[in-house]
Amino acid sequence: MQENVQDIQIEAKKLNFIYGEGTAFEQYALKDVSFKIRRGEFVGIIGHTGSGKSTLIQHLNGLIKSTSGELYFNGENIYAPKYDLRLLRQKVGLVFQYPEHQLFEVDVLSDVEFGPKNQKLSELEIEARAKESLALVGLDESFYKKSPFELSGGQKRRVAIAGVLAMNPEVLILDEPTAGLDPKGRDELFDEIIELKKKRDMTIILVSHSMEDVAKYVDRLLVMNKGELVLDGTPKEVFKQYKFLESIGLSAPGITYIVERLKKEGIDLGDDITTIEEARDAILKYIKRKDKNA
Amino acid sequence: MGIVKATKLIFDYITRDEADNVEDVKRAINNLNIDITQGDFVAVLGHNGSGKSTFAKHLNGILLPTEGTVFISDLNTANDETLLDLRKMVGMVFQNPDNQIIGNVVEEDVAFGPENIGIPTDEMWKRVDAALEAVGMTAYRYKSPNKLSGGQKQRVAIAGIMAMKPKCIVLDEPTAMLDPNGRKEVIKTVLELNKKENITVILITHYMEEVIEADRVIVMDEGKIVMDGTPKEVFSHVEELKKLRLDVPSTTELAYELKQAGLKLPDGILTLDELVDNLLPILK
Repeated sequence: MQENVQDIQIEAKKLNFIYGEGTAFEQYALKDVSFKIRRGEFVGIIGHTGSGKSTLIQHLNGLIKSTSGELYFNGENIYAPKYDLRLLRQKVGLVFQYPEHQLFEVDVLSDVEFGPKNQKLSELEIEARAKESLALVGLDESFYKKSPFELSGGQKRRVAIAGVLAMNPEVLILDEPTAGLDPKGRDELFDEIIELKKKRDMTIILVSHSMEDVAKYVDRLLVMNKGELVLDGTPKEVFKQYKFLESIGLSAPGITYIVERLKKEGIDLGDDITTIEEARDAILKYIKRKDKNA
Repeated sequence: MGIVKATKLIFDYITRDEADNVEDVKRAINNLNIDITQGDFVAVLGHNGSGKSTFAKHLNGILLPTEGTVFISDLNTANDETLLDLRKMVGMVFQNPDNQIIGNVVEEDVAFGPENIGIPTDEMWKRVDAALEAVGMTAYRYKSPNKLSGGQKQRVAIAGIMAMKPKCIVLDEPTAMLDPNGRKEVIKTVLELNKKENITVILITHYMEEVIEADRVIVMDEGKIVMDGTPKEVFSHVEELKKLRLDVPSTTELAYELKQAGLKLPDGILTLDELVDNLLPILK
């Protein structure tokens, strides 16, 4: 893809983050991590527990400062002396794991308004943003006055996401947004994220342990292992290397294994199948071709 | 022999205002009946809010029935005098590994339960040895739990329960926070305990893949059991499961999709081998 400097929203150059530097416990949480993320991309980050995913995303909105290396947001070095980190944190919204544990207001609307209230906006603007954000995650006005604590798990999580959206971020980072949700709840939340990306032209960064989910939704995958970025490519490119993924504690989507097994039996469906729909279509096509040749 | 027997179980979550007047009543369990055989591996599925966790919390008396009864073996969970015996018999593992570990060293954490109920020291360490061995964590016994992965922490939590010599382990989404390897580790451990030690396992999960090897699958909706059968039987009902906000394993889903497209495949295909065996004659 052609690269326009203007399109690059986030650029990491040789990011290193070291815990306990200079002590016997010195450990690299990030090691020479470099990548560029374009505006409007949907990027997935995968890696086993402790691979550095969470450390990495906390760098992206300046919650953690790297030990060495540079990080650019919209072309500006965020480690420059006069850089406004407060503004960065509004532009790069981070939704942590189990964000519903962080709800605290008396009702849903107040909770979502909390972020923009700290942005020196007018009352009217604050309310408008909160309502718009709730609408974006599929919660209508019947929820405004409800206590966050009487909502279901999936609804609470939406309120928490709306709270971040109300800050009008350009980038939304979600750390395991569907953990603990039922399968339908997972699909619904992802559909909303895709809608959101379209409507607001947002860049989305998704940390996930579900290979099925990333195969289905993201444009590009970053694979972390022991603090290093070990693979960077489309889900199809990445999942082709499923043996390598297994060696670093990950796996490919279940479908990949079905395709591989059929290949061993002499049925080659092609090597870029990662979703159920693709597998179905490839099998049906294979049969049609076979019938024609018969 | 039945280990868990719930009869006409009803549970209401009651919200009260400051003056203790009832503000709201939500029925979480609505006339549920179930009989679980000792040694079975039972998976419980259901969407968020279907009553799974509320049911699980009845099994060791964390919640008591609003109406109806729950018996574990011959103990009524509502009987205060036998509560301690009940808790020895039924252990619970929850979602977040970090909330369940208290010891500074793995073996201490596992010893916490038996020590608390006054097991003599010799016997206690024997139990800790056996429990760590059973979950494959012996090599980590002198380590700090902080250094373990999520899957390993859950295995330590399970060892802590094993050291109580339970008859039944209830796991409420034990893998929701784990990476793929961690998930496999925990499920493999639980399956082994079930097969080798004949522990009854009740596993609540949203991951359909984890259910394939269960003896029995129960699907809950609105506080009731709406499906009950072997994985094969339950996963044959793809449309119904989707209506209940659930899913089927990806192998089953692919087989279902192909069947919809006209291929002759049996219902309820669960494993990779089954799918491949059924597909090959069509493809070759």
